[in-house]
Amino acid sequence: MLSIKDLQAKVEDKDILKGLNIEVKPGEIHAIMGPNGSGKSTTGYVLSGREGYEVTGGSITLDGKDLLELEAEERAREGLFLAFQYPVEIPGVSNLEFLKASVDAVREHNGLEPYSTVDFMKLAREKCKSVNLDQAFLKRGVNEGFSGGEKKRNEILQMMLLEPKVCILDETDSGLDIDALQVVAEGVNALRSEERSFIVVTHYQRLLDYIVPDYVHVLADGKIVKSGGKELALELEEKGYGWIEEEVA
Amino acid sequence: MSEIISKAAELAKKIEGPEWLNSFRTLGLTQWQQAKWPTRKTEHWKYSSLRAFNENDFFATQVHRQGGDEQKLSSELFDIPGLNASRLVFVDGIYSEELSSDRYPLNVDIVFFSKAEGAHKEIISEYLGSAIDLEKNIFARFNTADLNEGVLIQIKQDQKVDQTVQIVHVSTKGESEFTAQQRVLVIAERHSESTIVEHFVSTEEIQNSFTNTATELILKDGSSLNHYRLNMEQENIVHVGNVSANLRANATLNSFVLGFGGKLKRIDFKVNHLGSGAHCEMAGVYLPKNKQHIDYHTCIDHQVPHCTSNEVFRGIMADESKAVFNGRIHIYPDAQKTYAEMSNKNLLLSHKAEINTKPELEIYADDVRCAHGATVSQIEEKALYYMQSRGISKKEAEVMLSFGFINELISGIKHGPIQNLLRPVLARQFSRDEELLKHII
Repeated sequence: MLSIKDLQAKVEDKDILKGLNIEVKPGEIHAIMGPNGSGKSTTGYVLSGREGYEVTGGSITLDGKDLLELEAEERAREGLFLAFQYPVEIPGVSNLEFLKASVDAVREHNGLEPYSTVDFMKLAREKCKSVNLDQAFLKRGVNEGFSGGEKKRNEILQMMLLEPKVCILDETDSGLDIDALQVVAEGVNALRSEERSFIVVTHYQRLLDYIVPDYVHVLADGKIVKSGGKELALELEEKGYGWIEEEVA
Repeated sequence: MSEIISKAAELAKKIEGPEWLNSFRTLGLTQWQQAKWPTRKTEHWKYSSLRAFNENDFFATQVHRQGGDEQKLSSELFDIPGLNASRLVFVDGIYSEELSSDRYPLNVDIVFFSKAEGAHKEIISEYLGSAIDLEKNIFARFNTADLNEGVLIQIKQDQKVDQTVQIVHVSTKGESEFTAQQRVLVIAERHSESTIVEHFVSTEEIQNSFTNTATELILKDGSSLNHYRLNMEQENIVHVGNVSANLRANATLNSFVLGFGGKLKRIDFKVNHLGSGAHCEMAGVYLPKNKQHIDYHTCIDHQVPHCTSNEVFRGIMADESKAVFNGRIHIYPDAQKTYAEMSNKNLLLSHKAEINTKPELEIYADDVRCAHGATVSQIEEKALYYMQSRGISKKEAEVMLSFGFINELISGIKHGPIQNLLRPVLARQFSRDEELLKHII
């Protein structure tokens, strides 16, 4: 489904990714763990097509389609979704307008009619309920003045409405208390299906108690240095990252 | 004396009007003739060039209209659907009975200076020129020098007027370049509540006039006035306007200001807090594009204690346009317990667009709360990326973010019909492609 091969990327002349390989099949959950500065967030940005993140080698394909040829918005329409570590606040653009514009764009790409305003409102309200977000948040500016937990729930809300093929969660657990973490994890788990895959990028094992991965990869210095099953995450939690770096060296 | 000033003075001398306004005209003319034509070295005009007056012969023939045909004008130019309004329409400075409403609210007196008698004449004589500072506004001097007509709008004491008074100024293309002037005197009597819309529009053709307006708002004790000033003319217009307000005790002025750019547009606001408990709320939006220019100078004077003011101006400059915002708050030594805030935020949509912003605080009292600030920014890369990462095209995201920059002020407009009129008109400033506008209008 999502195939990342020998991906190399740099930011402002600094090489960050140095040959990343991950193969994600439909329905799988992959966790990417790693120490600070290993390239975790960069991976998310490069996959989603952020400007300023220059790919210098390798390939990314989604269902055989070359993502590197596509703009950020085209990748999103193809079914790639990045849940941000720090969702952006956009005062003046209402959450509802923003959500409708997103969903309309993706539906149009898929040859579907846009929702009517009334139907969309109904749908958005329903999804708000399932991520425990008050409807009042639909009227507010995008993420404007939202708490950390509310922002993350808003990300999951977007994910639910856009129904992507591949979801990348970039440190979605950062800054969340246990209750918020549970709500977010429940949202993700509700979206799990045989067709939909997830890449969960995280620093800590905690999130993986709630979103149980099929594979765990350790990212260090821009490469996957070790892969394993979910038990690898527990081992990392216990021993830290030092032993892997030694093992690789 | 500069050639432009003397040429205009000759025109003003020929003006015939009611005799009882002679003293105003003489005062205006004397001051106009003493005026120094502003140059780029004149602090007040540093960022706004008056070269349009050298390039165009606005004072060649008579002042006012040159054969504009009001019968050809459609009320669609200025209709605000859903607004309960009575209209006073002026075409190139001349009142048009045909385009105006035939009835006005009973609790408002609307009197043309040329027809004023008795008490109205006295009231005009007493208040005309009382808010405006001729010293600092040379074009107001010319407006006064040429004073043969004007309109008094007097809102009666203790009356709450539901109907909005909409003063429309329609500009048309003249046979040759010309000047149109307008003078408005609003008197809100004690404890009255009312709404006035000053609406400037033009025909779509390329304009060749200079509009010079002076509006005075006199708010007596406890009165409340909603005031709109919408400058929405075709871009070749040259417009210099002045709005001056005197606020007596516990009066409230609520002003919303909108300006599209023009060849030269310059509007000066002066608000004088003269009675304790007065409050002024002012929101402004300016949106120049192409090679347009727009300049807002505001000055809020706090002369007495316990007054408040809150001023928010936002501008979006596109293409090679240029804007000027100069916001001044002046707090006199006696004006203790003043609470005054001013904010000016600007968004530049192109590398060639320009904003000159200058917030000024002058405080001579020691027990006041004041804040002011100005920012200049571009569309945020991370906001754009965030929207794109959700499938929204870059173009649509840019339009949504631009509109978002002023959305808060538009949403704050008290009158629903005015908000409904402006929302799509403003959104279309950012794109003509309806596909890109469908999520904001």
